[in-house]
Amino acid sequence: MKTKNLKLHVWRQNGPTDTGRFEDHVAENVSEHMSFLEMLDELNERLIADGKDPVAFDHDCREGICGMCSMVINGHAHGPHERTTTCQIHMRHLFDEGWDEVWVEPWRASAFPIQKDLVVERQALDEIIHAGGYISIRTGSARDANEAPIPKPIADRAFDAATCIGCGACVAACPNASASLFTAAKIAHLGLLPQGQAERMSRAKRMVAKMDELGFGGCTNHGECEKACPKGISIDFIAQMNRDLLKAVITDRDVPSGHGDGE
Amino acid sequence: MELKSNEPTGPIDKRWTEHKANSKLVAPHNRRKHTVIVVGSGLAGGAAAATLGELGYRVKCFCFQDSPRRAHSIAAQGGINAAKNYQNDGDSIYRLFYDTVKGGDFRARESNVYRLAELSVEIIDQAVAQGVPFAREYGGLLANRSFGGAQVSRTFYARGQTGQQLLLGAYAGLARQIDAGTVKMYPRTEMLDLIVHEGRARGIVTRNLISGKLEAHVADVVVLATGGYGNVFYLSTNAKGSNATATWRAHRKGALFANPCYTQIHPTCIPRSGEAQSKLTLMSESLRNDGRVWVPRKKEDCDKDPKTIPEKDRYYYLEERYPAFGNLVPRDVASRNAMYVCEDDGLGVGPKVGDEPRRAVYLDFADAISRLGKDVVIERYGNLFEMYERITGDDPVETPMRIYPATHYTMGGLWVDYNLESTIPGLFVGGEANFSDHGANRLGASALMQGLADGYFVLPFTIGNYLGTVRQVSPLEDDDAICRDAIRDVKARIEKLMNAPSPKHGPDHFHRLLGNIIWRYCGMSRSRDGLKEALRQIPVLREQFYQELKITPTKDEGINQTLERAGRLEDFFELGELMCIDALEREESCGGHFRVEHQVDGEAKRDDENFQHAAAWAWTGDTAAPKLHKEALSFEYVKPTMRSYK
Repeated sequence: MKTKNLKLHVWRQNGPTDTGRFEDHVAENVSEHMSFLEMLDELNERLIADGKDPVAFDHDCREGICGMCSMVINGHAHGPHERTTTCQIHMRHLFDEGWDEVWVEPWRASAFPIQKDLVVERQALDEIIHAGGYISIRTGSARDANEAPIPKPIADRAFDAATCIGCGACVAACPNASASLFTAAKIAHLGLLPQGQAERMSRAKRMVAKMDELGFGGCTNHGECEKACPKGISIDFIAQMNRDLLKAVITDRDVPSGHGDGE
Repeated sequence: MELKSNEPTGPIDKRWTEHKANSKLVAPHNRRKHTVIVVGSGLAGGAAAATLGELGYRVKCFCFQDSPRRAHSIAAQGGINAAKNYQNDGDSIYRLFYDTVKGGDFRARESNVYRLAELSVEIIDQAVAQGVPFAREYGGLLANRSFGGAQVSRTFYARGQTGQQLLLGAYAGLARQIDAGTVKMYPRTEMLDLIVHEGRARGIVTRNLISGKLEAHVADVVVLATGGYGNVFYLSTNAKGSNATATWRAHRKGALFANPCYTQIHPTCIPRSGEAQSKLTLMSESLRNDGRVWVPRKKEDCDKDPKTIPEKDRYYYLEERYPAFGNLVPRDVASRNAMYVCEDDGLGVGPKVGDEPRRAVYLDFADAISRLGKDVVIERYGNLFEMYERITGDDPVETPMRIYPATHYTMGGLWVDYNLESTIPGLFVGGEANFSDHGANRLGASALMQGLADGYFVLPFTIGNYLGTVRQVSPLEDDDAICRDAIRDVKARIEKLMNAPSPKHGPDHFHRLLGNIIWRYCGMSRSRDGLKEALRQIPVLREQFYQELKITPTKDEGINQTLERAGRLEDFFELGELMCIDALEREESCGGHFRVEHQVDGEAKRDDENFQHAAAWAWTGDTAAPKLHKEALSFEYVKPTMRSYK
């Protein structure tokens, strides 16, 4: 089993208005089998024992699906390993990069205010979903699930978009801090399925308008989002979003911009 | 106290329909006068909040994560059962009911289980209508697989991300109601106490995890859908934040806690790799459909490369011991057998952690790959293989996976009647947080089914019946004296934690030690002496915790994640003690509860004469002396038999 000493530079910031700074630490005898967050756990236990404030960071499931963890590691959103969340980064992935020194930062985007250290507020992503990222179906009123067959390739494609975990790495990696990949994934997931057709145009219009309103930047095709996405969601979906949006603007001028369903 | 299940009588397949027909309703114009608090935003909580909002109630929904979409339901991999019989293989509502009662080892309420099986079909319709992308066949129809010992293919799945897709469906429903203004969402807000007024649940005390501010929220009804208590073991497959504080605080306010000793140890998890391990990761048990479980026959082969061990020296212990079910025996049987081969026979594989025996067995896909081809196997399990490789560095296509059991699900929880109402009127409990439908053991792919059945179809209806019956609760405001007192009590509790007399260690130190005690004495197998030892050790450790707990930051304002963990651990200490008391009291083996004193040839021996009941414990103020109440269970339809999977 390989072990290593690592030099850490961790972002510390007391609140949204604090300037923040890097703080240096050393993680000793780190095992290759440890996860990155377990390495931070150990650092925090030591800080608590020394009477210092531990590093605040978000995490929950620690198996790559809840989307809560969010760190930029040596400039990479979610670290160096492709299609992997921060919580699934293991130290061997850092060793493979040959890194002895690690810079740990929060997501940086004006729509994601830093609350403390590595903790950011991502409610803006929820707000984009509130603006129509759903199919309006009343509980208990659905028809039999097998009444409408869906060709497997379409179902699979919708699934590829639906795997988004809402972590915000796409925003953190984008030079424009755009949420286009996140928004496009939801628009494509629902827009590909027959169930999602009724609201397809209004959905695209409302969600994109909300994204702009919340201070996310526009997409200029850098492709950094796709590279950082832990679920490997393709930027092709952004093209599809733009098609839907264009079509909505041209053909569907009367779509109300208010609530999809006011009941 | 007499525990009234309030279940309807009459033919079992008519009970839910008749119950609905005989229940009170609330008219649309009156619904918006009622406020409902929903704590938790997973499958049960998210679905309940969305549906109650859609009905026109004023809903306040709370979660401790930064978004309701992060609830731990999201991590469920395998699938969801439903008695659709789309495969024409003889499934029916009755058969799903039968399998669930039997799988729960005859320790669940028949009426509830039947309702669950009945509602399962509607869940699938609902989910598909929401856009949940379940797996499909080439013809475009929904695909199914057999799961965890079922003899029919009734499990719907979405690659290995079924929980995620179903949760995102419920989350979308919730988003729609937030958009419509019927649901107000409170993320990063943790419930720390229940407010009971004139004998009814009327509100909660919360802590804002960003500002640290304590607040009271009042309502006409409180719903807890806060998940299970698996993290009492420290290492489990639960999310790090999963905790029992909401249910435990409700218990301390008068809600009975039922069957805490029924915990499920999942057989297919990635083994521990070292001392710093913070959680265990589950690999969906659908893997057992195509993977074969084995260990070397000879101890000297245990640290060899598995591919070099010839077929005759491999011990396919599940196939040999249980020829009919083989690798698909129920979870508890698979888990216990893994423990026997590793701990008793010393045949475990993989690297050693400390001085412990090797705790891992192989799950091998070589046969499946040669039978079906690599592509088919990857199509089925690709994302699980990737996850495994990320954590261990090994590729399961090339070398067998290593697996070991880990705590995964807790069948015990707050006692509820047929309406999912606890012993505190107006306090409803859904999903894993209640004790309701799985008896002593939960079948695979049944947790998602129960969470959604409770959330979409049961709670919105039974809450209407409650409000229609009570009609008007007495007025109460967020700043009434009773709420101020409740906030004061919570504040005092926080101050006690933050001011231990001789602070030394953060909460994780004590949590690991508590977890060791529970895993060792109240895990896969339990004995009278062991449980007594645990009951001796837990109070000693708890005292040490109160003396030596160290929390930084030292202020309770602002983000203080150490304080969050300490508060949850404080409640795990008391709950862990109750688990051991319940396990000691239950002098039988059933489902996930295995008492070494009660077995025949290594198989669990139930005692229906003395233990065919749910054990519901009342808080007395003394953690060592809770009061036991029993709800007798009767089986009119599925006659209790000894389980046999041989």
